[in-house]
Amino acid sequence: MSNSVINWFKYASPATFYPLAGRLVPWFSGLAVLLIAWGLWIGLFVAPTDAQQSEGYRIIFVHVPASWLSMFIYCVMAFWSALGLAFNTRLSGMLTAALAPTGALFAFLSLWTGALWGKPMWGAWWVWDARLTSQLILFFLYLGFIALQSAIDDPRRADRAGALLALVGVVNIPIIYFSVQWWNTLHQGASVSLTKAPSMAHIMLEGMLIMALGFWSYAIAVVLTRVRCIILERELTSEWVKRNAVD
Amino acid sequence: MMTGFWTSMRRDLVLANRHKSEWLTALFFFVMVTNLLPLGVGPEVSLLRKIAPGVLWIGALLSTLLGLQRLFSSDHGDGTLEQMALSPVPLAWLVAGKMVTHWLVCGLPVVLMAPLLGIQFDLPTRSLGILVLSLLLGTPILSAVGALGAALTLGLRGGGALLSLLILPLYIPALIFGAGAVEADLAGISPQGHLSLLGALLVLSVFFSPWVTSLALRIALE
Repeated sequence: MSNSVINWFKYASPATFYPLAGRLVPWFSGLAVLLIAWGLWIGLFVAPTDAQQSEGYRIIFVHVPASWLSMFIYCVMAFWSALGLAFNTRLSGMLTAALAPTGALFAFLSLWTGALWGKPMWGAWWVWDARLTSQLILFFLYLGFIALQSAIDDPRRADRAGALLALVGVVNIPIIYFSVQWWNTLHQGASVSLTKAPSMAHIMLEGMLIMALGFWSYAIAVVLTRVRCIILERELTSEWVKRNAVD
Repeated sequence: MMTGFWTSMRRDLVLANRHKSEWLTALFFFVMVTNLLPLGVGPEVSLLRKIAPGVLWIGALLSTLLGLQRLFSSDHGDGTLEQMALSPVPLAWLVAGKMVTHWLVCGLPVVLMAPLLGIQFDLPTRSLGILVLSLLLGTPILSAVGALGAALTLGLRGGGALLSLLILPLYIPALIFGAGAVEADLAGISPQGHLSLLGALLVLSVFFSPWVTSLALRIALE
């Protein structure tokens, strides 16, 4: 990298990405543990009790970051899918495949914590309103993606077919995000937005953002670890794996 | 291009005419499923009227799924699909012809049968009209989106179950607005909003699906 032009494709090759991912994983794992511990401490001990919802509201410190990430990870998947279809890079397909299980986990976590919160607040584990339903569809989309990828033996076809499916499914993301504005739903509107002041106490917001960053670090660490496994699996016969990756 | 579209459509129509049992089974399935429900939940008229839009729409959804698996598989099996992909006519047009045929043999009979079944559920005449209209707008969406699923799962192990897993989540918007239109009419509200959204979905899916489906077919044929 001595020349001034940045080589954007340097890390698009599994051979160079594998060691980079290996170096990044410990950092993000450490960061995830620290941030989540800090965020939970704020969420469970520091943040004051809510006037309307009493102690039950504390589940948002897990619920909101998990929902954000479940949507965000799908967008990232769609981004890498588009890139993979356009530039035909092998690594994008591997990254997409590595992202899907983590995204599905967060979508499930979001639905589950939502149900736990809904029981005391709304009196029901589940209601059929627009946001819950579209989040459930997102979870199904993740499952469909994983099922499609695992049903195809040829990794190249699996990547490309999955990429197409991910791109078609990304239509759902704006629907989830805006569902509370478009439809008159039981689910409350967004408490946090970029354009106006948040409608919650400062310390709650702080805890939630720290938790979100912690979840983010966790997702990065897990996805990088998983993509390293996928790289090894697919490149098992290549020269560089035999040379380097054994250690 | 248009010739390719018509040829592909006519060919599939002739094939469908020679294997009548294939699409008649789908239609019969629709009738059976919707008729099982009153037997399951009991013959109470007010309840039946309430669940009718959803039941009829879900029946339509499932019966179009039946025909989808065969959309490309026999052409894939005997190599016709590869010849189509190689032909100078854009593959998207040939795929569009197949999609239209699928709608004509699997979607249209369902639309025509629906008011009859609606009477069994004691729907008022006005709602029957809305039901037919919503299905007329909605079933082409099912064929268009379903074709993509059929192309993605072409020649895979357990293709049928996988197809439904991929496609049913994408069908949900059509189901919500389609059944919603009839429910709105039953409740005395104007169904126009639902029908407009359904129309928008129809335009979007019919415009993009042949192109995306042909991409998926090329991936499968590689």
